[in-house]
Amino acid sequence: MATTADVKLNSYRTGPDDKGFFGMFGGRFVAETLMPLILELERAYDDAKADPTFQAEIDHLNLHYAGRPSPLYFAERMTNELGGAKIYFKRDELNHTGSHKINNCLGQILLARRMGKTRIIAETGAGQHGVAVATVCAKYGLPCEIYMGALDVERQAPNVARMKLLNAKLNPVTAGAGTLKDAMNEALRDWVTNVTDTYYLIGTAAGPHPYPAMVRDFQSIIGKETREQMIAAEGRIPDTLVACIGGGSNAIGLFHPFLDDKNTAIYGVEAGGHGLDVENGHAASMNGGSPGVLHGNRTYLLQDSDGQILEGHSISAGLDYPGVGPEHAWLKDTGRVTYVSITDKEALEALQFCTRMEGIIPALEPSHALAHVMKLAPTLPKDNLLVMNLCGRGDKDLFTVAKALGMKI
Amino acid sequence: MKTDTRIDKRFAKLRQEGRKALVTFVTAGDPDYDTSLKIISGLPGAGADVIEIGMPFSDPMADGPPIQASGLRALKAGQNMIKTLQLVRDVRKSDADTPIVLMGYYNPIYVYGNERFLDDAVAAGVDGLIVVDVPPEADDELCVPAIARGLNFIRLATPTTDDKRLPAVLKNTSGFVYYVSITGITGAGSAKATDVGRQVARIKKSTDLPVAIGFGVKTPEQAKELASHGDAVVVGSALVTKIAESLDKDGKPTAMTASGVLQLVQSLSGALKS
Ligand SMILES: Cc1ncc(COP(=O)(O)O)c(C=O)c1O
Repeated sequence: MATTADVKLNSYRTGPDDKGFFGMFGGRFVAETLMPLILELERAYDDAKADPTFQAEIDHLNLHYAGRPSPLYFAERMTNELGGAKIYFKRDELNHTGSHKINNCLGQILLARRMGKTRIIAETGAGQHGVAVATVCAKYGLPCEIYMGALDVERQAPNVARMKLLNAKLNPVTAGAGTLKDAMNEALRDWVTNVTDTYYLIGTAAGPHPYPAMVRDFQSIIGKETREQMIAAEGRIPDTLVACIGGGSNAIGLFHPFLDDKNTAIYGVEAGGHGLDVENGHAASMNGGSPGVLHGNRTYLLQDSDGQILEGHSISAGLDYPGVGPEHAWLKDTGRVTYVSITDKEALEALQFCTRMEGIIPALEPSHALAHVMKLAPTLPKDNLLVMNLCGRGDKDLFTVAKALGMKI
Repeated sequence: MKTDTRIDKRFAKLRQEGRKALVTFVTAGDPDYDTSLKIISGLPGAGADVIEIGMPFSDPMADGPPIQASGLRALKAGQNMIKTLQLVRDVRKSDADTPIVLMGYYNPIYVYGNERFLDDAVAAGVDGLIVVDVPPEADDELCVPAIARGLNFIRLATPTTDDKRLPAVLKNTSGFVYYVSITGITGAGSAKATDVGRQVARIKKSTDLPVAIGFGVKTPEQAKELASHGDAVVVGSALVTKIAESLDKDGKPTAMTASGVLQLVQSLSGALKS
């Protein structure tokens, strides 16, 4: 098999191919029961994309319900303190429900309605996606069931309460280590069982085709707005982009509109947990994993030499997924995007730094991106325009952070 | 697709005798290697006509709790792909004729290396493969190279496989077709026999291959009833549940482990012959 790295590309924005591949990554590796369903989903999505009323409805909801566009904010004190690149935050933490997850949920719920589906299921890690799903289901009066690892139920109590209040049925998953991958397995099992009425609303740019492309498209509003806002603010597009990577949806949403801007340097930040040298102690599937097939797509995975999937670890529940969206796997191999990792400790420090410098409490997930900005910005010239995707607010993490810092609340 | 493997020979023989086949599934290495070898080696004598051996995987997305637990027991006891292929070689020492099908998920195969896996499987005495998450759309990766080595690639057809899709599913299928009688995971509810009859008839219109019916077969009575609609029944969750029930409180096998499973296989086989 030819590796994608050998191929010279005219554009990085044309994937996936018609079988759902980005180079060797992606595809549709699901059980036969689900094949007809994902083919139906692909047709429905293609149909919706071609319908201007579909996009118009999303635009309307983004404006009036989600609160878009989110601001592009110049983080002045942080910029001065770090003494390098000019740092902007894309403030997706200000969206309704507190993260970028709503961008994807609004798109997919409209699609589910178009398809006539009457029941929604989803997996969630940090609970941000679960909350966003429960929110859009409440808005449209659709019953929803959320699968969440039992460990995550414990460490994300505020989001659990929100989902319950929003009338979602929460199914704690005890299989495996009780985190995101196990929740995704259970959601897939539900879908295999309830094939006619149920829509599976995946929360990140992973899973079988067409999910990675579809979620990317719905999240690309982040990058499109950033482009316009930066041109308005500075008269040109950014030089540097930084975003955290769980499954990779907020990151691909920021990156995708800039992939063909060769002078824009792009960094994806994985969860380094206790450090990449600690076995099963991190969630950096690209920097510390290898290619494999899980949850319907080929991508980089945390796994042992026998192809058994490892659970991984991150202080951030939204990042400890043992895989990554296939487009990122491909962007890594082509060299277009640089993927780095940040430890739990560095992320915690960045969270505090941002809170003190800017009066913004970021979620633990974007705190990983911030920690990389803290390393990168001082090495860049002062006229370098850097955008970091501040994709979630920290309210949900207060208990975790307090515990890690030995605070009593 | 026409082939001439142990699977084909076995089904031809059963057809001559006017019998339905009993296809049994257990996971390689459950609850440990030696007990698993004892169970699997005893299956032909207990009446299994085709042996499916599960390749354990950490994330069996299409399986229910009994087979999930079975795979985890095996992994915990140290099972891996190398040992699963060794198990087939060890089983072949006492049985040259019973068809052996390896069943599982793609990732452990992919990581072992597709070509290396296929070569080693053939050398070990494997006759067919069922890989749950490699659909016909990805035939080039594993199915076509498997066929080239003389292995049967057995596909699942499900209630969602409509008439438009069925030809694609059957195209490179050989050995037999595995009809999944429910939409759902293994070990879940039982299929309604009326649906199954209609669905199997639909598949039979498009292929001459034997059709095995699986997912949700628990008792000898059910096995007999379902078998009447096709050529074979597959029993898996009920067998690994027997293993689970036989273990002591530390999860270790007891005197009942192998004998309990084999007794159940005997009664299933007896029901098919009655
Ligand atoms: C705030 C926030 N950021 C990032 C992520 C990671 O997901 P993704 O990589 O898909 O953006 C999550 C997931 O729960 C999240 O809640």
